[in-house]
Amino acid sequence: MKIEGKVWKFGDDIDTDQILPARYLNTSDPEELAKHCMEDADPSFADNVSESDIIVAGKYFGCGSSREHAPIAIKAVGVSCVIAKNYARIFYRNSFNMGLPILECEDTDAFNTGDRLSVDMETGEIIHLDSGKSYHFKPIPPFMQELIQSGGLMKHISQKIK
Amino acid sequence: MGMTLTEKILAKHAGLDRVEPGELINAKVDIAFSNDISAPISINEFYKSGATQVFDREKVVLVLDHFVPNKDIKSATQAKMLREFAKEQKLVHFYDSGEMGVEHALLPEKGIVLPGDLIIGGDSHTCTHGALGAFSTGVGSTDFAAVMVTGELWFRVPETMMFIYNGDLNPWVGGKDLILYTIGDIGVDGALYKAMEFAGPALKQLDMAGRLTMANMTTEAGAKNGIMEPDEITEAYVKERASRDYELMRGDPDANFVEIKEYDVSNIEPQVAYPHLPSNTRGISEVEEIPIDQVIIGSCTNGRLEDLRMAAKVLKGKKVSKETRLIIIPATTNIYRAALDEGLFETFLDAGAFISPPTCGPCLGGFMGILAEGERAVSTTNRNFVGRMGHPKSEVYLANPAVAAASAVAGKLAGPEEVV
Ligand code: SF4
Repeated sequence: MKIEGKVWKFGDDIDTDQILPARYLNTSDPEELAKHCMEDADPSFADNVSESDIIVAGKYFGCGSSREHAPIAIKAVGVSCVIAKNYARIFYRNSFNMGLPILECEDTDAFNTGDRLSVDMETGEIIHLDSGKSYHFKPIPPFMQELIQSGGLMKHISQKIK
Repeated sequence: MGMTLTEKILAKHAGLDRVEPGELINAKVDIAFSNDISAPISINEFYKSGATQVFDREKVVLVLDHFVPNKDIKSATQAKMLREFAKEQKLVHFYDSGEMGVEHALLPEKGIVLPGDLIIGGDSHTCTHGALGAFSTGVGSTDFAAVMVTGELWFRVPETMMFIYNGDLNPWVGGKDLILYTIGDIGVDGALYKAMEFAGPALKQLDMAGRLTMANMTTEAGAKNGIMEPDEITEAYVKERASRDYELMRGDPDANFVEIKEYDVSNIEPQVAYPHLPSNTRGISEVEEIPIDQVIIGSCTNGRLEDLRMAAKVLKGKKVSKETRLIIIPATTNIYRAALDEGLFETFLDAGAFISPPTCGPCLGGFMGILAEGERAVSTTNRNFVGRMGHPKSEVYLANPAVAAASAVAGKLAGPEEVV
């Protein structure tokens, strides 16, 4: 699978309170959550992000609470994937369990807001379309690929119980 | 090569003789719990999967705590969904108003989580229960839904980091200070994906409340779980509460730790974490003159009876500064009653505090004490991220209950010695 999109760049330690502030946790409706995606990190994000855009961040993206509302909001605004140096563990689990691809790449400092990237999930290659340079990300572990192939954890389970 | 306590509990629940760090396993869960903000998504997923019954109505636990008593119509709707689900599924452990509390204070208090258990919770501070000598980790809503259906879940076996605390605790220093100091040392991702195991003679000077506080904040260092070997203090605590069998498990003497850290606690004074990261710590003697608008004493970190007693010791005969609001939130109904019976409420009310029923409330910026732009709070909770307690331009300083109480009296960030 290939993804092409425009970069929205964020820094280190973007926690779930910035991705989806707790004051909006009184609903789990994806459309409602989408309106507030990244609000406390960049209030202009939710209104200006377009389908297939890519969130790029530094280290430890998604730290903080276990709220699945955070990856739901990111998925709901149409972001195609997240690329960061590493992730908080529950955010990592949640994203795969619901089919939001999140990639670990050491070189995210090289990407800036507005850059265009092409991401190849199979080969693990990121091409920076403005400069033509290529970068690599850690291959997704086989178990996670299985989860994505069955369409997330719950689909995987409902196949089993039927 | 032996196994660490975390590896042993995981191996046992996966039905394996041994497990290695990095291995992906499927393990049976003893207790799975969730709350009014995480469970609604899980309940939808549960039905969507085609399931009709939870795997075990004694092992699936629901606690209403985050936005309860219901703060608005939307949160009331979410709470109602849990109430109806608990009734339909005949859940044995369902906690609502009347017999309620913040989940990580309530479950150990009721003896629902026990040593040797494998516990998952739809909340990042599920790591709290590792203080009992259990493997306990926070998961997302989909994970919780999966466990409700199957009673099992996938785990990556974590590497274990060992933290040893030597020496004697200084006055006014407790579990909160040891864990803040540790996070200050290793950073908010210092234990990412790993188990943090705590040991050493200084832990013997901590009661279960202080130990639960330490395990509670392991997620603030990125850890998967926090854990300590059960001892006589653990046993005395669980013996009178447990209504099912439990196992006091220990790690092997030749277990492998990825890192061993040792601290001399006699060098540790009460700690404060400055905004906006729990790792932004310094000793109370190094803080500047910082005016404080609000003080919160409560939460799953420091809302237990021992914490309220510590606050009362500082507040006895004192008045809260006219410039500051003090909000005290006992973490469970039992703690609330015990504090009332012991006369702590009198001390708090005389000092000019506001006492809230048990709830998460302001800890996550929900309600019952939201900060306006530019306001500063000292809080005994566990997170001080941007906007955590209200406006993105407000600030939260994390501290133990004695420092929090002293700051309320002084109207600025202050240590207990300055006011007592
Ligand atoms: S008290 Fe705070 S940290 Fe604890 S469960 Fe509630 S919101 Fe989370």
